[in-house]
Amino acid sequence: MSKNIILCGVGGQGTVLASRLISAAAMAKGLPVMSAETIGMAQRGGSVFSHLRIGDVHEDGSKDIFSPMIALGEADLILAFEPAEAVRMLLYLKDSGRIVVSNRPIQPVTATLSGSSYDPQIMLDYLKAHVPYLTIVDIESATREVGSSKVVNLILLGAALAEGALGFTRDEMRQAIIDKIPAKFHELNFKALDYYQNIGG
Amino acid sequence: MHQEFLMGNEAIAMGAIAAGVDLVCGYPGTPSTEVLETVAKHRSQGTYVEWSVNEKTAMEMAGGAAYAGARSMVTMKQMGLNVAADPLMCLSYIGVKGGMVVLVADDPGPISSQTEQDTRTFAAFSKVPVFDPSTPKEAYEMVQEAFVFSEKYQTPVFLRSTTRVSHGYESIEVKDPDEYAVHEIGGFIKDSSRWVIFPRLANMNHRKIEARNAELTDTLSDYPGNRIYREEISPAYPAAFPSNQPAEPSSPPDPFTVRAVATGGFSFTYCMETRERIRREAGESFRLFKVSTPFPFPEKKALEFLEGLDEVLCIEELDPVIERSLTYVCGKYGLKTKILGKLTGDMPASGENSREIVQQAIEGFMEIPFSTKEPLDLPPLPVRPPVLCAGCPHRASFYAVKKAMQGKKTIYCGDIGCYTLGNAMPLDMVDTCLCMGAGQGIAQAISHIEPDTACFAFVGDSTFFASAIPSVVNAVYNQAEMTLIVLDNSTTAMTGHQPHPGTGQTMMGEIVSKISIENILRGIGLETVETVDPLDHTLAVETVRRVAAEKGVKAIIFRSPCIALPAARAAAGKTGPMVVDPEKCIGCKRCIREIGCPALVLATSDKEPDEAGIGQNGPDEAGVAKAVSIKAAIDSAQCTGCGLCAQICPVGAIRREVSHV
Repeated sequence: MSKNIILCGVGGQGTVLASRLISAAAMAKGLPVMSAETIGMAQRGGSVFSHLRIGDVHEDGSKDIFSPMIALGEADLILAFEPAEAVRMLLYLKDSGRIVVSNRPIQPVTATLSGSSYDPQIMLDYLKAHVPYLTIVDIESATREVGSSKVVNLILLGAALAEGALGFTRDEMRQAIIDKIPAKFHELNFKALDYYQNIGG
Repeated sequence: MHQEFLMGNEAIAMGAIAAGVDLVCGYPGTPSTEVLETVAKHRSQGTYVEWSVNEKTAMEMAGGAAYAGARSMVTMKQMGLNVAADPLMCLSYIGVKGGMVVLVADDPGPISSQTEQDTRTFAAFSKVPVFDPSTPKEAYEMVQEAFVFSEKYQTPVFLRSTTRVSHGYESIEVKDPDEYAVHEIGGFIKDSSRWVIFPRLANMNHRKIEARNAELTDTLSDYPGNRIYREEISPAYPAAFPSNQPAEPSSPPDPFTVRAVATGGFSFTYCMETRERIRREAGESFRLFKVSTPFPFPEKKALEFLEGLDEVLCIEELDPVIERSLTYVCGKYGLKTKILGKLTGDMPASGENSREIVQQAIEGFMEIPFSTKEPLDLPPLPVRPPVLCAGCPHRASFYAVKKAMQGKKTIYCGDIGCYTLGNAMPLDMVDTCLCMGAGQGIAQAISHIEPDTACFAFVGDSTFFASAIPSVVNAVYNQAEMTLIVLDNSTTAMTGHQPHPGTGQTMMGEIVSKISIENILRGIGLETVETVDPLDHTLAVETVRRVAAEKGVKAIIFRSPCIALPAARAAAGKTGPMVVDPEKCIGCKRCIREIGCPALVLATSDKEPDEAGIGQNGPDEAGVAKAVSIKAAIDSAQCTGCGLCAQICPVGAIRREVSHV
């Protein structure tokens, strides 16, 4: 299974951990993985992304991924932590690709200052019109239900998992959580991962 | 060997550890910082690690250790190499005994830097050989080779990385501790004819270096990292692209036989992706020359690559290093091959490459028709410039100076760090920013040129230690009129919280005496040095007014910890966030207009901010008709409870959340 995944959002939203969990699941299956992400000034409230590429293993040992960067039109999945950021990354999506997006906007300070906050509904409507495989997650009720605002990343991962868009099984993702996250947070993260499945999509 | 998923910078660190590195020094700077941090975390018992006060000192440390036969590494970003240029230029002439690797991370774009300078060019300038990996896996291997190479030729060696190599991740095979290299440290042997750089020695060594580098162009031609990827022509595929018709004698030659691509660094990964894509579609692909040692340039290998070629397209980031070298090789050996790239306008002169830029350039060059997707007409997207975090004490410091100096003629000279973000609206408190430690020199100059201007220099605590102290000495001694503002948040914040001499801890894990900024300033001769908490807004403004009115050079230290430090976070969790009382808020938006905190948002009067947006079923009525009654609100997920906004609200509508009082 070769897979290209983009995680995107605003600095500080936890895209990196989600990326790390998918990588761990791929590593556990012995698949080659490459990724690239935003580090530095943009982390202070700017748009951030993580490109993640999982390759195939060939019998002759040859590779099929050379660059961690995904080309336009090559992403199988975009995991968007913010509606406008999903639209920003849309050109990367394959025709057959899926977007899993949080419906909660993060308004830039500049928008608040000028009194012209952007309307997230315009972004979600645009996605609905252009993306055949779209999953919008109502993140307010999800975090309320799960009981923590810190696990948006696992809620979105869980939605991608439930849609069959991740390429891993629930057990493989649970194992990645066990391997990469301290034990005291396991239950909370499992709950977040299962949330979307449990509400029946 | 075992598999690990490593960031490029982690791979460099693990490679250095596998090479048995004895001493690692550096100064933090994106995208290089994680190298030293990873060494500190995984180092073996005998390895010494420090965040040095600046890159110059770090370079001298690495040189000293290598004099004694130890293996040393020094880490920095490309800007830091300018600071360390003095010792490096001389080390190039003096040479080393133990292996010495100079890790410099360049920043095409630039993404987090002031310049797009190229360390490969610096390598040629300083005559120091450079290894240029394309992936974390290569970086892991090359750093180990670089140590061996450095010892063999007794010269420091560059390992040049770029942002995407340093911050890319790859699953790679790494050595287990029992596979690490072991070496003897001979110790420093006194020999003034070797270690003391007089002109006569410099002249003699210069001759030796030039001879060595000339010889290395041959030697490095055999280095496996300098590689030609040739097409293994399979008889199953037609030779010509794109048509399947048999080639006629009069038809132009197949582009794949007379045109080829040369590359290096991260752009190699883009070229390989394009090469494979073309192969998938056409059954064959182009010849590719990967240059892993751009200086000294592997000339013999280049000649082998150039054989039979009419044209070569060079794909690289930053300077046209490979392009110039190939042009030189063609001239030197009388080849007719045309070398194309940045200098000929065939590739962008500046900025980062991308999959698309490289693919389109190669497809055009190889005359391959490419199909581009119909561009989408995206709705206008919010712009997200980076901002000071909610609760950042720098915001309060800038705001205090702004209020205190309102209506006066001022200049605010900024510096390098998180606080450069004080330039953003609405604070607008950075008039200049040049390089590490430059703010004071600029402020002092303005004080001499425009005596009626109140001159301020803002400098962070880490930058103060790194490069500002000599400028303060200069300003005091030369009778300047200026106010120095030290923004002391007790860490090196922008690069992710590295310790510095004011923090009281070292990278070896020791708790040590802090070096006092106040004592340094008083020692230099400043009579007024005041320390104040910027979050006490009234006191902060009063202090700035009073101190700025004094004569000579005077300083205010705004001391409050970076809100992203774990201890500060924990403290904020205890005090809890601020809330706006919608009954009291008159909707003047003063809090929003004045300080631009990301936790301050707009909301309609009877709604919480989160509900004013959209719910599960789309926008509610209030969300659409938001012009009715807009008031300030606070995003509790972001607010750290610093309380600055509460001190600005004219009607006392902002208070600490009741449950936390």
